[in-house]
Amino acid sequence: MFKRLPLSDTTCNRDVTITFDDLTVTAREGETVAAALLAAGMRNCRTTPVSESPRAPYCMMGVCFECLMEVDGVPNVQACQMLVREGMQVRSQQGARRLVHDHA
Amino acid sequence: MITHDLVILGSGPAGMAAAMTAAQHGLSPIVIDEQPAPGGQVYRAIETTPVNDRRVLGQDYWSGETLAKGLHHQNIDYQPNTSVWQLTRQRDIGLLHHEAASMIRARRVILATGAMERPFPIPGWTLPGVMTAGSAQILLKSSGVVPNAPAVMAGSGPLLFLLAAQYLRAGVPIAALLDTTPRGRYRKALPYLPAAVRNIPTLTKGLGLLQELRRAGVRHIKYVSALRAEGDNQLERIRWQTDGQDTWESLETSTLLLHQGVVPNTQITRALHCEHDWNEQQLAWHPRLDEWLMTDVEGIAVAGDGGGIVGAQAAAIQGQLAGLGAAIALGKVKSDEGNRQAAQLRQKLARETSIRPFLDVMYQPALQWRLPSDDTLVCRCEEVTAGEIRRIARMGCRGPNQTKSFSRCGMGPCQGRMCGLTVSELLADANQQSVEATGYYRLRPPFKPITLGQLARAAEDNQ
Repeated sequence: MFKRLPLSDTTCNRDVTITFDDLTVTAREGETVAAALLAAGMRNCRTTPVSESPRAPYCMMGVCFECLMEVDGVPNVQACQMLVREGMQVRSQQGARRLVHDHA
Repeated sequence: MITHDLVILGSGPAGMAAAMTAAQHGLSPIVIDEQPAPGGQVYRAIETTPVNDRRVLGQDYWSGETLAKGLHHQNIDYQPNTSVWQLTRQRDIGLLHHEAASMIRARRVILATGAMERPFPIPGWTLPGVMTAGSAQILLKSSGVVPNAPAVMAGSGPLLFLLAAQYLRAGVPIAALLDTTPRGRYRKALPYLPAAVRNIPTLTKGLGLLQELRRAGVRHIKYVSALRAEGDNQLERIRWQTDGQDTWESLETSTLLLHQGVVPNTQITRALHCEHDWNEQQLAWHPRLDEWLMTDVEGIAVAGDGGGIVGAQAAAIQGQLAGLGAAIALGKVKSDEGNRQAAQLRQKLARETSIRPFLDVMYQPALQWRLPSDDTLVCRCEEVTAGEIRRIARMGCRGPNQTKSFSRCGMGPCQGRMCGLTVSELLADANQQSVEATGYYRLRPPFKPITLGQLARAAEDNQ
């Protein structure tokens, strides 16, 4: 579990609002989705296709592919490589992706 | 398809230095990087970090500022947020930027794709709450984000100690530092110390870090010989044994940061079918390079940690050397003048890397971390355990590519990045053959996820 360093220690970028499943999360412009969600207290970002066990970001540099999430309807996005955008809708992934995903 | 003189992949120290050198010699290199800002992992967020107090990240980190400034040279076309999904032996490069795929061609390519942390498989390492020390450092550098309760740090190697010191300077408490450096390692590394003395600054900095941790009174547990992460759906506690002790000790914690050194990221050189060698001291693969850092594929060089771990300072010198090599090959520098400059760079490089054998031996991961217990997941993606790898070795599996048909090991989204080294070493051990003879996964593009639609559009643009 993570937190942000006190404001006095850091230069603050503009706030950006995104959603994570049904939660509203305040992120900082210029940071990645994974960093923003970890700072907001996210524990898991997905469950695995094989055993549906929970996983969270692991390497933060694009090599482990543990942080795969659905961003604005696109599945399997590396959340540690994707920068936050105002209004971005991020969803955790449960189990395997379906080849045809619902647009409901 | 547009052909460019020089394309550099990666904007860490090697990539930035290569670009600067090439630009100074009149080339107009393109620098491609997956990250949103220059610096690679070592100088991550160097131009944008929210951590104001320069003392926290330290002088070594801020030394990257000069290189990052160099990247703004008018002849350098720096393209961040761009991933590379393909590189062929003919130097056709597939790019993906904001979901738009494209292809370019290069007369010369410098791969400056750096290192990744060595996979450190222990029971429970897939539990949420367990991350790498490198990932925690990225969170600190890029977002000023730190553990909200005292974290446990475990493993070995300079980066682990550096992160601990950075946390202390930022006022972030550390529950314990579990040091897996085996007993007697200093004595084993001692013969390499006289050579290392040629690089006094790095040696002094390392000793300074250890002193900083000692003075701060961090609970430093030495000679850790076994380690498990436990919890129900997330990390709740860790348990460990130390060398010579039969009892397990335990500690409640919600964050465990693992580190066992760094290894070259050979994903692209492997896919290019470059010749690779197994380095017995670094216990990792690296592409075979000549004195100009050229691979055995025409026109493709590797600079920095991707060609064997050298550290950030040496990576920058290698970047200069590769940039110079490209300038000579492309007719911008006469070869005798180029050779003269290269000789100076090689001398600097030798001085800088003189500390490597000492560090490599000192922090070489012990066998039990590389050949984990049967119940440890090795392939995180397809959830294959070390026991399963041993079992299929008994059934006749001799090499990593066969493990795929036996077990799907290495076939998940990370494409073997997180299990490859462990699988090679486990199979070598189980089959009583060398790692070299056991080999590594055969890798293929796409290196990064790309949709069929994106791929089709890139193909259309090419016609």
